[in-house]
Amino acid sequence: MIPLSWFLAVSAILFVIGFFGVLSRRNAIAILMGIELMLNAVNINVLAFWRYTQPENPAGLVWAIIVITVAAAEAAVGLALFIALYRLRTTVNIDEVDLLKG
Amino acid sequence: MVSQLIRLLPELILVITAIIVILADLYARRRTARWLLPGVTLVGLAASLVAAFVQWAAREPVAFTLAADSFAYFFKMVAALVVMIVVLAGMDYMRERTRFLGEFYALLLVATLAIYVTVAATDIIMLYLGLETLSITSYVLTGFLRGDKRSNEAAVKYFLYGAAASAVMLYGFSLLYGITGTTDLQEMAKRLTSGEVMGSLVWLAWPAVVLVTVGFGFKASLVPFHQWAPDAYEGAPTPVTMFLSTVSKGTGFAVMARVFVSALPALSEYWLSLTYGLAILTMTLGNLVALRQASVKRMLAYSSVAHAGFILMGIVGISAAGATTPFSGIDGVLMYVLAYAITNAGAFAVVAAVEDGAGGASFEHFSGLIARSPFLAAAMLIFLLSLAGIPPLAGFAAKFFVFAPVIRQQYYVLAVIALVNAVVAAGYYLKVVKHMFFVEVNPNGAISLSRGMEIALWACIVGIFAVGIFMNWFAWLATGSAAGMLGM
Repeated sequence: MIPLSWFLAVSAILFVIGFFGVLSRRNAIAILMGIELMLNAVNINVLAFWRYTQPENPAGLVWAIIVITVAAAEAAVGLALFIALYRLRTTVNIDEVDLLKG
Repeated sequence: MVSQLIRLLPELILVITAIIVILADLYARRRTARWLLPGVTLVGLAASLVAAFVQWAAREPVAFTLAADSFAYFFKMVAALVVMIVVLAGMDYMRERTRFLGEFYALLLVATLAIYVTVAATDIIMLYLGLETLSITSYVLTGFLRGDKRSNEAAVKYFLYGAAASAVMLYGFSLLYGITGTTDLQEMAKRLTSGEVMGSLVWLAWPAVVLVTVGFGFKASLVPFHQWAPDAYEGAPTPVTMFLSTVSKGTGFAVMARVFVSALPALSEYWLSLTYGLAILTMTLGNLVALRQASVKRMLAYSSVAHAGFILMGIVGISAAGATTPFSGIDGVLMYVLAYAITNAGAFAVVAAVEDGAGGASFEHFSGLIARSPFLAAAMLIFLLSLAGIPPLAGFAAKFFVFAPVIRQQYYVLAVIALVNAVVAAGYYLKVVKHMFFVEVNPNGAISLSRGMEIALWACIVGIFAVGIFMNWFAWLATGSAAGMLGM
């Protein structure tokens, strides 16, 4: 059987890639993709822990499903906001969105 | 089972009210909807407030994931009260700016419901669901004025920060779950204390605490996770700013207190040192940036970041002795959230009134306010003095209850830095006072107030004096609420 630490390593790498995407990308949709990667890393973590430590208790499974659902809701609201942004400014590059500062 | 449903009465009332508001919006004519929708919202919130007040002394878990304890009921009461003030003050503001009133009030009710669930959650899955519901509704509320560039920009920034922060927090939760093998906060505390944990993973506890603190710190707008706050507060419709900067922020502190105290007492050295540093950073940076703002709304936004640092002092002051005695730190957080919420709601209500009457919220728009609307100027003076912490106002009582535990724990460096910050803050509050009373520019004429706004301002003023003068009673309430936290 594959050891638990391998899953945790994949998850950590995925999380860091997602986080790097959030910090380095300037396109709002690309940032959202980075966030989705981070959430997927969480799911890998939770499912690996669930499978290896307590497969008889469904809390981990339920958690992963809830994370997927919430991520969908979040993406829906986020994309709606980006569409409104594009209609107002014809850009989704967050460097060009700078009315509020100081 | 039925007896447990009664414990959820405040939540159920909010759900039903939200449904009624949406249906009423569908069937009522526009002219009727104008007063009907805020009216129904107010009645629902009031009923929910009463339902929470009656059950304040309860102390039992409901359905394993929610706690019916006085700690949760305290926050529910504060949330219901402040959202009522938001509705009263924001009625006319929103009516002039948007057609979608039903959606606005329904979202506000759902956001309040999310606060109810979050402050009562005793399971990290439930906690995450509550926080996410609050965040997602807040994004929509912030960007509610869809055609307004500033509102939209504020929402996009808030969303990007918020979604990233919640993902980071969730990763921290998943590590805690891996270490302890449970999602229940009290069970987690038990296993961490007794050492029944995954031995090979214990080193992950430190990163887990840091990641979780990032998520909470985002909600509570702690430096360095605060960048969204001034933009969101400035761009959002002002009633929404009232909501975000008071109860939404308070929720961040509620979950911080509950998770740290009831789930992670065994890791207290980690989170104590972390919050100690964050408190100093938050109050200092918030104040320094607030000093050089040209807009009162933005200045109040940074001042609200600085206040987050003061509230955090309550968490730093949490002692190992527990929360049952006065000055335990947790009661400081509760006192401060209550006092700060009614004061800041009032201050932003004045900003909304000036924005409507004078067309903006920079210092020039406040010039000579005493001549244009004496009541508004007097109210703003009271709010600013309370924010500065002058007795006998609420802000003083609040500061007293966060300084005391910190000094009792002998964190003198933090206490001195906080004191200096309190003085600096008084400086920029007085700048507004100077403009209102002593600057003789008067291009805009008188400002008239709507009935709802007047009631909201009076409610804030009465609340501020009540908390300041009957400090003993409110302190008793806060200490009782802190002591009633499940799992203490």
